[in-house]
Amino acid sequence: MRRTVRSAHSAGADELRRRYVPVGSVLVAALAAWLPIVTPAPIFPDLAFLVLLAWRLLRPEIWTAPAALPLGLFNDIVAGHPVGQSMLLWTLLFLILDVVDARLAWRDHWMDWLVGAAAIFFYISGSWWIARAMGGSLDYLVMMPQLLVSLLAFPVVMRTALGLDRWRLSR
Amino acid sequence: MAPPSKRRPGFSRRAQYGLFLTYVVAVGGILLAALLLVVSALDPRGFNALQGAALDVANPVRAGGRSVIRFFRGVGQGVGNYFFAASQNDELKRELAASRRELLKAKATDFENQRLKRLANLVEATSDEIVSARVTSSSFASPRRFAVLSAGGAHGVRPGQPVRAAEGLIGRVFESGRYASRVLLVTDSASNIPVRLVRNGVPAIATGKGDGTIDLKTLEVGSNPFRRGDILVTSGLGGIYPPGIPVAVVTGIDRDNTLARPTANPARIDFAIVQPVYVPEAAADTPAEPPQ
Repeated sequence: MRRTVRSAHSAGADELRRRYVPVGSVLVAALAAWLPIVTPAPIFPDLAFLVLLAWRLLRPEIWTAPAALPLGLFNDIVAGHPVGQSMLLWTLLFLILDVVDARLAWRDHWMDWLVGAAAIFFYISGSWWIARAMGGSLDYLVMMPQLLVSLLAFPVVMRTALGLDRWRLSR
Repeated sequence: MAPPSKRRPGFSRRAQYGLFLTYVVAVGGILLAALLLVVSALDPRGFNALQGAALDVANPVRAGGRSVIRFFRGVGQGVGNYFFAASQNDELKRELAASRRELLKAKATDFENQRLKRLANLVEATSDEIVSARVTSSSFASPRRFAVLSAGGAHGVRPGQPVRAAEGLIGRVFESGRYASRVLLVTDSASNIPVRLVRNGVPAIATGKGDGTIDLKTLEVGSNPFRRGDILVTSGLGGIYPPGIPVAVVTGIDRDNTLARPTANPARIDFAIVQPVYVPEAAADTPAEPPQ
């Protein structure tokens, strides 16, 4: 461990990094909606959701349930979802995860993955339900590719969040 | 021993109240979000200003990125020279746009002729174009199918206007910002388009399925009038979409269900053309009913 005298400036930068990297990474992931890709069907996962979920499972102590509200609003506006969709689903999920956290004493990689998979299923089903309520009848099969890709991408996103977390807390 | 929970606030009253307050805020936020959802369900364009501003902010990124993608795809397809020339010479671009419009007119006339031969009815009013623009992006992770167009209110684009390409119908404008707009694609599950078979003029409704295909419904009972390879064009019934625009090609038939593929793929087209809302002659002639 390095023990050097640090200037006030770099200590301030460290503090900023410590504080804003989780939220910042979620916001940046939400901007994936700006990618100039035209897809015929929902194949890509909602990156902002996966990143937020990874951070939530990785560091439960830095999140409170209402933190999901502004993040969800940002995602809704940037991605063009009906306003309120991510706000509702993410905050609800955070409350559910609070309950789950209180019940689950033991956490390991597989348990995180299982909880994450359940959360992804919840989010995709929720957005499907809302899309049905807004538009016409929509087959759930349409969501299957996205569900599969999200489940497979989640461990990768979790790893990335872990790397970010290490960098966030490094001195 | 199980690790201690990081959420227990301990015996501090202040910490306990603080935790309780976050839950109150969260539940209040959920109710607020549900209310917002209900509002957007009742009035899908209620948040047009907000979403439109977001579209405008993202437009330079999307348009720039899209042109990069288009450039590399062009090179990959061996027409790199064409793109280099186009970027160097504005006149070529203008000629290209003009010839595309000509092509479009020719195609429209072609379909028009076919239809007139079979139906000998209705004369189509010449539909003009408001603006032609690039498709820069689409909805990404959403089950809804939208495309983003790099033209908005500043170019005369308003929600509700039909959008087409040379190849066929793309959809209609859903919400618009100043410099970009979002288009509800024909493949979206909320899109219902009155169409008719080019072959014999049988009317049908084309509804999107959300996965890039279209479901066709007809009023006929017992027999399925569709065959593989049949082309469907807009019928112009009920207004909004001008008649005679190709919409879909029938790809598969399974008893009552008929699957079709849209003729215009928003990922492949060069230009999308925004047209004014079509008003049928008969509807335009009848005077508006006095309010009750």
